[in-house]
Amino acid sequence: MKVLVTVKRVIDYNVKVRVKSDNSGVDLSNVKMAMNPFCEIAVEEAIRLKEAGIATEVVVVSLGVKACQEQLRTALALGADRAIHVETDQELESLNVAKLLAKVIEEEQPGMVILGKQAIDTDNNQTGQMLAALTGMPQGTFASKIVVDGDKALVTREVDGGLQTVELNMPIIATTDLRLNEPRYASLPNIMKAKRKPLVVKTIEELGVSIKDHTKLLSVTPPPERQGGIKVADVAELVDKLKNEAKVI
Amino acid sequence: MSVYQHPYKDVDFVIRHLLEFDAFCKENNLADVDTDFANVILSEADKFAAKYLVEQNQQGDLHPAKLVDGKVVETPGFGDSYNAFVEQGWPSLSASESFGGQGLPNLFSVAANEIWQSANLAFALCPLLGQGAISALEKHGSETLKAQYLEKMISGQWTGTMNLTEAAAGTDLAAIKTRAVQKDGQYKIFGQKIFITWGDHQMADNIIHLVLARLPDAPAGVKGISLFIVPKFLLDEAGNPAAENDLRCISLEHKLGIHGSPTCVMSYGDNEGAIGYLVGEEHCGLRYMFSMMNHARQGVGVQGLGITERAFQGALEYASQRVQGSDKAGNDIRIIAFGDVRRMLLMMKSGAEAMRALCYVAGFEYDKKSVAADEDKAAVDATIAFLTPIVKGWCTELAQELVSLAMQVYGGAGYIEEAGVAQHVRDARILPIYEGTTGIQALDLTIRKTLLDNGAQATLFIEQIQQCVDDLNMLEGAGDLQSALSSALDDGRAALAWLAENPKQADSVAAHNLQLWGYLLGGWLMAKSSIAAQQQLDKGEGDSEYLKAKLVTCQFYTEHLLVRTKASIASIKAGSEAIMSLSEEQFFSHVN
Repeated sequence: MKVLVTVKRVIDYNVKVRVKSDNSGVDLSNVKMAMNPFCEIAVEEAIRLKEAGIATEVVVVSLGVKACQEQLRTALALGADRAIHVETDQELESLNVAKLLAKVIEEEQPGMVILGKQAIDTDNNQTGQMLAALTGMPQGTFASKIVVDGDKALVTREVDGGLQTVELNMPIIATTDLRLNEPRYASLPNIMKAKRKPLVVKTIEELGVSIKDHTKLLSVTPPPERQGGIKVADVAELVDKLKNEAKVI
Repeated sequence: MSVYQHPYKDVDFVIRHLLEFDAFCKENNLADVDTDFANVILSEADKFAAKYLVEQNQQGDLHPAKLVDGKVVETPGFGDSYNAFVEQGWPSLSASESFGGQGLPNLFSVAANEIWQSANLAFALCPLLGQGAISALEKHGSETLKAQYLEKMISGQWTGTMNLTEAAAGTDLAAIKTRAVQKDGQYKIFGQKIFITWGDHQMADNIIHLVLARLPDAPAGVKGISLFIVPKFLLDEAGNPAAENDLRCISLEHKLGIHGSPTCVMSYGDNEGAIGYLVGEEHCGLRYMFSMMNHARQGVGVQGLGITERAFQGALEYASQRVQGSDKAGNDIRIIAFGDVRRMLLMMKSGAEAMRALCYVAGFEYDKKSVAADEDKAAVDATIAFLTPIVKGWCTELAQELVSLAMQVYGGAGYIEEAGVAQHVRDARILPIYEGTTGIQALDLTIRKTLLDNGAQATLFIEQIQQCVDDLNMLEGAGDLQSALSSALDDGRAALAWLAENPKQADSVAAHNLQLWGYLLGGWLMAKSSIAAQQQLDKGEGDSEYLKAKLVTCQFYTEHLLVRTKASIASIKAGSEAIMSLSEEQFFSHVN
């Protein structure tokens, strides 16, 4: 079985995010970028499936600027077999990403597609679900456990009330939650090997997908800075302030 | 808990723009490596350190290794970290591919070493010394020995140690008493070695000791010392560790710092004699040992850099949070706003950046050597030989001052163990002592590396620095920087001339000469960094905030650290008169 894993290049989680002064977005110039942590979990799961003899090939795909190849190389160093980079300088919203991925799936015919449930930059949590709708494949989102059993997959999902297990007919789409696994680190020999693994670059035109934006980003503002506190004389004053000034009770 | 983040932007700048590593790779057809690839590797090293080493640093301090039933049991958790370190392939980074190494540039190894040393100095000493043992074996061992030992030492499955010092033989290795006796076609080793770093532990399947010993018919002095491999476990026919050799750790030292690193008294041959295998030829051991010494000494210089960076980051974090006082409007003032705190922070920042530049420049010379034509290798060796005592001596001495300043930034809180900086102060103190004290580095630089070649190598550096002074013409507004560097360079020239005139006084003033060269080379590399940073800014490339900070850091270095060459040259010119004129009785005359 071939497993396709998506990888997104995002701002490193250690970086203090700065909003551009004109509120047009987050300042990404000269900041450290990394693989989205949920995608790391997706890559790890695919590699474990391969190590368990269930998957035969792990293909990683990323969409975006040329530098996305750094994250693809990281995935190759972790153990993926080959990479596909759909190169574009355009900002892609979730639906466009899903459409492009659907095309890649059509070409690659994987038995399973694993995505991060969301990316830590925009926190949309949409692409996996949209992709399922576009391809008609069954979806198991927020997965904390994936078990392949012949032509079926049991996906345990993290839902509000606890855990829900769904049985899906392969091929499937799964999106990862934090508890699915703990990603490994790339070993030095594997980083070296990754340099020689195949990485194919494609364009949006080659995939024949027309990109159309459905949403417009109006503005991005940082959360308000924390104000200094004050001392209140007694409980009555506290209640009064909570009621009349903060208006929270 | 003291924090650590890899200073990846400065590392990238040094490799890409100061060393111009990519041009070097292109010129020498090194298709597989470039600065981007260095970044890939270093960012993985950083992740590894963050998970396994950074927090464990304090564990090592609080829970030192223990001697239990004749065996050294390392700090809890270190074994797991070491296993992961080996599993991830880190020990093999720059080792030769013919023995399973990754064959990457030494420069990468230096940069990775900086991360390990910042993260956990006591732990990182183990692979650091192992590297020294590997390089001695690689260069001088027989093919049989290499086949038996190298691959597993390179992979880190087995660790390596260096056994030189004895109770009466520290700096003076001629006084070594450990004996090697040839018996039944084997060498048997008898004697006691002290200060053996990571001499025993349970982290690896075998420990390969490189031991200096004297054969019965050996000539007197350092010309009669031989080098032996003495494994903790003898190998069976399949090459696996089997029977215990006749050696053991008989005691652990109680030290000021690096508690996580067991410092062992090793006893060889308490019973029938420890079996050893001769490395190279008889009586040539000291020369072999020196070939690993250069490498290890540069590594200790990088420790000075690493611990300074770590202590600096902690102090910076503290200074940016600690509130003392308020302004007229009643707003809190964080102490990073105060001039004197900023001075201390900039001392650390500029000192660390100058050290990084110097350590990486020196480490890069090994890569230049590996691509140099045979007839040019000797010249690169001479450069390495000149730089090594400066890297070791200057970086580790400056680290003392800067780590101490880090504590100063915390005020009283820094003196309390909880803040974490106290450990750095204690850990750092060994650096100017081991692997040859600062005094030895100073003599090495001043006598062996300067006077013995009639100042040839020093002159080559003087020419390069003069070139940089000239290049500063193209940097707008760099007049002060240029005249400061030019003036410091004159101090370097004056020192060289004075030493040539007064060679007999060299040992009294060698320490000043070492400091002069350290600050001068630091100033040279900071000036080169200024030029490179300004070029980036002019082109509108790179991170302008980082680059502008670099310019200011270079300016600060010039104003506060480079000027120290003035004090050095004054002391050099004063010569040995006061130093040598007191009688021994006069030293005691204030109490007797």
